[in-house]
Amino acid sequence: MADDKLQIAIYWGAACGGCDVSILDTDEFILEIDKAADIRLWPIATDGKYKDIEALADGDLDVAIMSGAVRNSENEHMAHLLRQKSKVFVAYGSCAYMGGIPALANLVPREEIIERAYLNNASLEPGNTTVPRPRTSLNGYDLKLPEFYPRVYKLDQVVDVDYYVPGCPPQPGQAQAAITALVQALTGQAEAPPKGSVVGAYERALCDDCTRTKAEEKKVKRFYRPWEIMQDPEACLMEQGILCAGSATRSGCGVRCPNSGIPCRGCYGPAPGVVDQGAKLLSAVASIIDSKKAEEIDKILLTLPDFTSFANRYSVAASPLQRSHRR
Amino acid sequence: MTFEPKIVGFLCNWCSYTGADLAGTSRIHYAPNVRIIRVMCSARIDPTFVLKALHDGADGVLICGCHPGDCHYSEGNYKMMRRYPLLKSLLADYGIEDERVRLEWVSASEGQRFADIVNDMTERVRALGPSPVKAALEADLAER
Repeated sequence: MADDKLQIAIYWGAACGGCDVSILDTDEFILEIDKAADIRLWPIATDGKYKDIEALADGDLDVAIMSGAVRNSENEHMAHLLRQKSKVFVAYGSCAYMGGIPALANLVPREEIIERAYLNNASLEPGNTTVPRPRTSLNGYDLKLPEFYPRVYKLDQVVDVDYYVPGCPPQPGQAQAAITALVQALTGQAEAPPKGSVVGAYERALCDDCTRTKAEEKKVKRFYRPWEIMQDPEACLMEQGILCAGSATRSGCGVRCPNSGIPCRGCYGPAPGVVDQGAKLLSAVASIIDSKKAEEIDKILLTLPDFTSFANRYSVAASPLQRSHRR
Repeated sequence: MTFEPKIVGFLCNWCSYTGADLAGTSRIHYAPNVRIIRVMCSARIDPTFVLKALHDGADGVLICGCHPGDCHYSEGNYKMMRRYPLLKSLLADYGIEDERVRLEWVSASEGQRFADIVNDMTERVRALGPSPVKAALEADLAER
């Protein structure tokens, strides 16, 4: 280990691994990372054990980059450990930033999830009664598994986070820009962004960067799933009745989805000034419905099945209610 | 101690707040459980306000605006009318009981109606008990 190299760790909590791949996706830039830094832990790409990190002194790591949400006790343990050992802790990707897709499960009680995954599922052996438990004693052996929490947390509900990089996953170009900015700040070549900043994205909504043409007034009589309608490739998707989260979402992805005919799903998180993406999108949708009659409005809204999971697709844990409060 | 529901009321300036004012000047007695926040129009009531109120410990949220057709800004209350069913479905997905959030149209001359609505809602929310939201979120985070 050369003394002048930055010490970094890259880790995943409740994540799919796409965030790690987005860092690998920076192509030859990965060699620059290797030149500037010693990677002390990166489960997807390098060796390195938890005990190696535990053996470090506090603050020995210059940067810890963690993707994924906190779903179980292992995720939480590692978030605390990496926070303790690092000078700068980065929440990387939508799950780390807002809970992401895993946090959609916050709308369902833990017991229902276990039931569906392990007990009542067409792909299981009939009669299966085995469910994962934190502790199992068998033939004198004691087996421990991480505890599956009743809900999902975004990282800053568990540890102190310095910077957020949004995206599902962050676009490789933005990942590169964010990592470069961090390296420059840590090596004194540039000023560090203020703590709590969203880096690798812009201070405006996605619609500001979307090149689709927008009419003066949006009015729709029904909504369509993307496959239910022949799309005008030039016009604003919302005007065509295709639900698009762009107006409530931060720009930074390069408008990749709307440019490909796919509505924005909101992975870059709330636009600047927006508290809850879901509530803001709800307002936007209500504004364009072309009706003043309660019954007709109800009928139009039937064309928006499962609106909540769209509106808060990545942000349930970040919404003011955070999870289901059903009793 | 008996449970007294805390209800946040968002009232539009032109009809509903004036209606509530009329209830007061007419000396109509009604439940003191509603905390009124005056906004210029029911369209100003961002759904975020409702979520924030629940997050911060409100047991109920009452939204009042001008009757359809009567909006001072001609169309503002229709925006609220369209938001409301979507907001209710979102709240249902988050497990918030139906009766905790309510939209009513109250005109400037309907002091009695406003008082009746507040009384009725207070009793319904009292029957539900305290909102679980604030305590649950605090307990979630305390465990971490």
